[in-house]
Amino acid sequence: MLTFTIRRLITSIPTLLFISIVIFALLKLAPGDPMAQVPLTVPPEVKQKMREALGLGAPAYVQYFKWLNQFFIVEPQFLIDWMTRDSALFGWLPDTQFSMMYDPELQKLVPQQRTISYQTRSPIMDIVIQRIPQTLWVVGLAYVVGILIALPIGIYSAYRHYSVFDQAGTFITMVGFSIPPFFTGPLLIVIFSVSLGWLPSIYDTTHVVENWASFKYQLSQMILPVMVLALQTTAQISRYMRASMLDNLNQDYVRTARAKGLKENTVVMVHVLRNSMIPVITVIALGVPSIFGGAIITENVFGVNGIGQLLITALFANDTPMVMTITFIFAIMIVAFNLIADVLYGVLDPRIRYD
Amino acid sequence: MKLRTFLLGAIATTAFAPMAMADAHEGERGRDGEVKVIYWQAPSILNPYLSGGTKDIESSSLIIEPMGRYDQDGNPVPFLATEIPTVANGGVSEDLTSITWKLQEGLKWSDGSDVTSADLVFTAKYCMDPEGGCAQLAKFEGVESVEAIDALTTKVTFTTPKPNPYGPFMGGQSPVIQAAQFADCLGARAPECTDANFGPIGTGPFVVTNFKPNDVIQLVANDNFRDPNKPAFASMTFKGGGSAEASGRAVLETGEFDYAWNLQLAPDVISKMAEGGKGTPISAFGALVERLEMNLTNPSPDLPAETRATVAEPHPFLSDIAVREALSMAINRQELVDVGYGDAGRPTCNLVPAPALYASDNTGCLTQDIAGSNAMLEAAGWVKGADGIRAKDGVRISILFQTSTNAVRQDFQALIKDSWNQIGVETELRNLDGSVFFGGDPGSPDTFQKFYADVEMYANVFDGTDPQNYLAAYRCGNEPKPSSQWQGENINRFCDPAYDAMIDELAKTGDLEKRGELGKKMNDMLTKDSFTIVPLVDRGRVSAHANSLGGVILNVFDSELWNAADWYRTGN
Amino acid sequence: MTDISTEIDPYAALQDKEPAKPPRNQWLDVWDQFKKHKGAVFGGGFLVFITLAVLLGPYIWNVDPQKLDIRNKDVRPLWTALWNSDAKTLWHRPFGTDNLGRDLLAQMIAGGRASMAVGWTAMLLSLSIGTAVGVAAGFFKRLDGLLMRMTDLFLSLPILPLLLVAVTLFRQPLRANFGPEGGMFILIVVVVGLTSWMQTARIVRGEVLALKEREFILAARSIGTSSRAIIMRHLLPNVISPIMVSATLGLAVAIITESALSFLGVGFPSDFPTWGKMLADAVPRMEQFPERVLLPGIAISLTVLGVNYLGDGLRDALDPRIRGR
Repeated sequence: MLTFTIRRLITSIPTLLFISIVIFALLKLAPGDPMAQVPLTVPPEVKQKMREALGLGAPAYVQYFKWLNQFFIVEPQFLIDWMTRDSALFGWLPDTQFSMMYDPELQKLVPQQRTISYQTRSPIMDIVIQRIPQTLWVVGLAYVVGILIALPIGIYSAYRHYSVFDQAGTFITMVGFSIPPFFTGPLLIVIFSVSLGWLPSIYDTTHVVENWASFKYQLSQMILPVMVLALQTTAQISRYMRASMLDNLNQDYVRTARAKGLKENTVVMVHVLRNSMIPVITVIALGVPSIFGGAIITENVFGVNGIGQLLITALFANDTPMVMTITFIFAIMIVAFNLIADVLYGVLDPRIRYD
Repeated sequence: MKLRTFLLGAIATTAFAPMAMADAHEGERGRDGEVKVIYWQAPSILNPYLSGGTKDIESSSLIIEPMGRYDQDGNPVPFLATEIPTVANGGVSEDLTSITWKLQEGLKWSDGSDVTSADLVFTAKYCMDPEGGCAQLAKFEGVESVEAIDALTTKVTFTTPKPNPYGPFMGGQSPVIQAAQFADCLGARAPECTDANFGPIGTGPFVVTNFKPNDVIQLVANDNFRDPNKPAFASMTFKGGGSAEASGRAVLETGEFDYAWNLQLAPDVISKMAEGGKGTPISAFGALVERLEMNLTNPSPDLPAETRATVAEPHPFLSDIAVREALSMAINRQELVDVGYGDAGRPTCNLVPAPALYASDNTGCLTQDIAGSNAMLEAAGWVKGADGIRAKDGVRISILFQTSTNAVRQDFQALIKDSWNQIGVETELRNLDGSVFFGGDPGSPDTFQKFYADVEMYANVFDGTDPQNYLAAYRCGNEPKPSSQWQGENINRFCDPAYDAMIDELAKTGDLEKRGELGKKMNDMLTKDSFTIVPLVDRGRVSAHANSLGGVILNVFDSELWNAADWYRTGN
Repeated sequence: MTDISTEIDPYAALQDKEPAKPPRNQWLDVWDQFKKHKGAVFGGGFLVFITLAVLLGPYIWNVDPQKLDIRNKDVRPLWTALWNSDAKTLWHRPFGTDNLGRDLLAQMIAGGRASMAVGWTAMLLSLSIGTAVGVAAGFFKRLDGLLMRMTDLFLSLPILPLLLVAVTLFRQPLRANFGPEGGMFILIVVVVGLTSWMQTARIVRGEVLALKEREFILAARSIGTSSRAIIMRHLLPNVISPIMVSATLGLAVAIITESALSFLGVGFPSDFPTWGKMLADAVPRMEQFPERVLLPGIAISLTVLGVNYLGDGLRDALDPRIRGR
């Protein structure tokens, strides 16, 4: 398993490079223009100058290699410099200067150029890092909540197959899944924010949790988006959990386990559950990167402004470096979590071998 | 800072509560605590010279200011300047080649340093740098030099006479930036100055404390603002993102925010929200006109790429003026307004509906006339075929009608299709993602410039109050074409030498009366004389403010937040 | 006290007896089991009903769903008259009209046609790609690396630029060959199908990886069963339940994705109704006109529930261990 992991880690580098080329080609092929959101009152010649200032005049391969260099070489250097300078963990190390470059004209060290967004003209990584707290608070938490609700529902529904609980669970999760968040979001706002006035409808990303009162506020502004998102996760995972449990509950080994006098609890929660986890692990592992991808519609409805909102505004503004960077980080997470899922398969079922 | 803000707010509410009713908008700076503004498009940068986006221009107008702005009626008013220079007061030279701006005395930047004419000179240099890609370069068009006469006086000289010399330093698009802060940010280095672009030092009522791009801005009152009693608010939160619906709800129904920008929602949705009782929708009219553009060239996909939709190939049926006029007559503009804009729109037949000086008294299109339209087509030889579609010499009137994706535009498309159906015209609708449609990507077939459709609909307006450049767009040769990478503003491929002569004359005319007359004539040539452009609706702007927010004056000629310094909290 | 039980004929016991009744066809057993599942019968019945309704509906209710009637806009459905006598209702507009006066019943029928067609086709497409890739990757070790890296690639592609590229490249030829709506239909189905098979593929592969190490596969292999037969006879029936779940979820995803695409301006022409788009358009007015969100919302939910119950029933009926219990 270790050699498999190492081999997969090594092969993932060419995979990721290939993915980056495909994404870049796709973005270049897609119609669109970073100047689309500039009002029509700005004349075309000025727009042309602005495009040139953004570096759009350069050939596509130059733009690609520039991005690649910035993403893989320049950005990590800035990260190391930041860690040795400001972070609590490595701040005791001597400050490094990897990100600086000697400029012969000015005769001094200047910072290298980082990946710059077309919209904000600022380093993309800083904005991405800025978005992580609210994304994790809302989308990440919703995912955890969703899984925590889904697993028991799935297990119990399968164990009490066709009971009232199972039927109700099926009904609610399927209806929940088939109603899109662009409807559930506003519906919850109309009920809880407008009619009852209990919860805020717009998420405050500048809110700092420092005491009990501010924590309560944080909770109140998270409830609605977390509810909307968790509904989707719960529906999906509980369906797979239930189906997989049902398959296993009728297997011969379950009868054997019961026959040899194991407690029902042990039979279900240890033997059956473990053997039923493979599809569930797959779905969960596939879902983790999408936390990072954010939840575009829900973030938009509640003004959460996480990474999903960053991506969609970048897409609408045709901010290629921003879209490229976010989707590529997303790709790294996908490759990583699919690898983790593959390793977990081997842990759950030792018969699975990759070598 | 947080604590102080809070205390100030608390003191202000307790101390001034009794007299709030009497005269709420007098008192010391910061007495009214916090004000919360929501824009459903989030600002990306606070430097309008690096981004032409409305959201960026408006949010930065809280921080940096120009010499003068346009007020809600389109009249120029001085901001940093002592007065608006004119020929009458000697600020503009007789030959219209120079304008001299005078700064007020004692103006301070928010960091405490003095505002001088060197800052104006630097601002011009910053935007006019050839490598900078300045979004407001058009404002500095024709500027020969900007020089400081003394510490407070700046003279802008133009290469040719400028009947409208209010380009540089006038309006939200060209505010004055601080030379000291941006000194190292010229040209190609502009994007490296993230701190300056995200937190410009300005003269405006507020100062940035925290800027999260595409998300939120936190501001506090500027201690060095020129009026010691303003702004009334000690701090402002400027939230961006979400949807027009969510921001309207947050002001009108839940009262979480005090001001919501540009509520592009159906009138019945807004009036339902207003029943929430927490706020009031406000509207104002500028010169923004939703119009149909008729393609005078043939967009057929069967033509080779070099000649498709170019002047080499006239349109098979839209080149007939009778067809264009009939299409215009068949539309019920009042119905469009009722469905799409309500009080925030009015039917119009003009390309330039405002200001009054340039607005033609053209009302011929306001009444729908299906019968007349049918008769006109009949007379021109377009007769109905077996399928009910009119045709002449084998050419069927079948229209591909495109626009950007937007709920109101799609309703308009459906209504117009229905009207045209009644005069025997077949219509296929297409809506395109705005980022593609309004983008200038020469590789895409779906841009509004390429116009691979017969009719398209969008809205356009001009900056400030002078339509000269706007009308000059329809010059022969200024059309998008392959040789110009499909760039160009003459979207319809209109060409009339008489019109071109009038463009040249307008550029030379300084007298306002005469300019108005010329403008009206040119407007009529494009609209009622040729039906090249078929205006539909004069679109107003709808925003909303909380009932407890006073002093709001909606301005469509400049930034909506132009008078945020005068906002205050009312008693209710 | 006669001991009858000891009187067994030893010869008869050793004889091969004819079965009392002829063996029943397997599919009859499946059908019997299926009929016992009330949910499945209801689900299947509903799907048949809705399919017939959207197919035959236009012949019975022949109102043009795109016809505007601005004077009769915002008409409420007939049943609102039960509790609100002031509501504007019309007998020839039983479900009411929208804000441009288009008949909602006709829109539901036309929208259902589009949504069902897009939903089913895209779901089947994504299901077949997903299952094929998953089985191939799980079963054939040599293909695993390549196919799974391809899956990673598809998972990381951003859908919006992908669609814009597809629209730019293929809209004109498709429109020329299949008309504006037919061309868009193909484009949407293919794009939704091509961007949603990855989860199914990963799940199927995971299951196959575990299954192929089980004894019964070893047994099948040892008697010389071909790979093809092993896949068809032994592997696929054992991964049917996650596939069924994927199918149910996939249908809902396809219907909703279609509406998101129209919302972004890359879907059907704007006056072409679909359930997802009707729902999206009605959200801003859901307080005044709840029926406009409820009708398409309920239609989508019931369809998805129907497919879900049908899938449950089929799975139970096909599983010999459950059948006959």
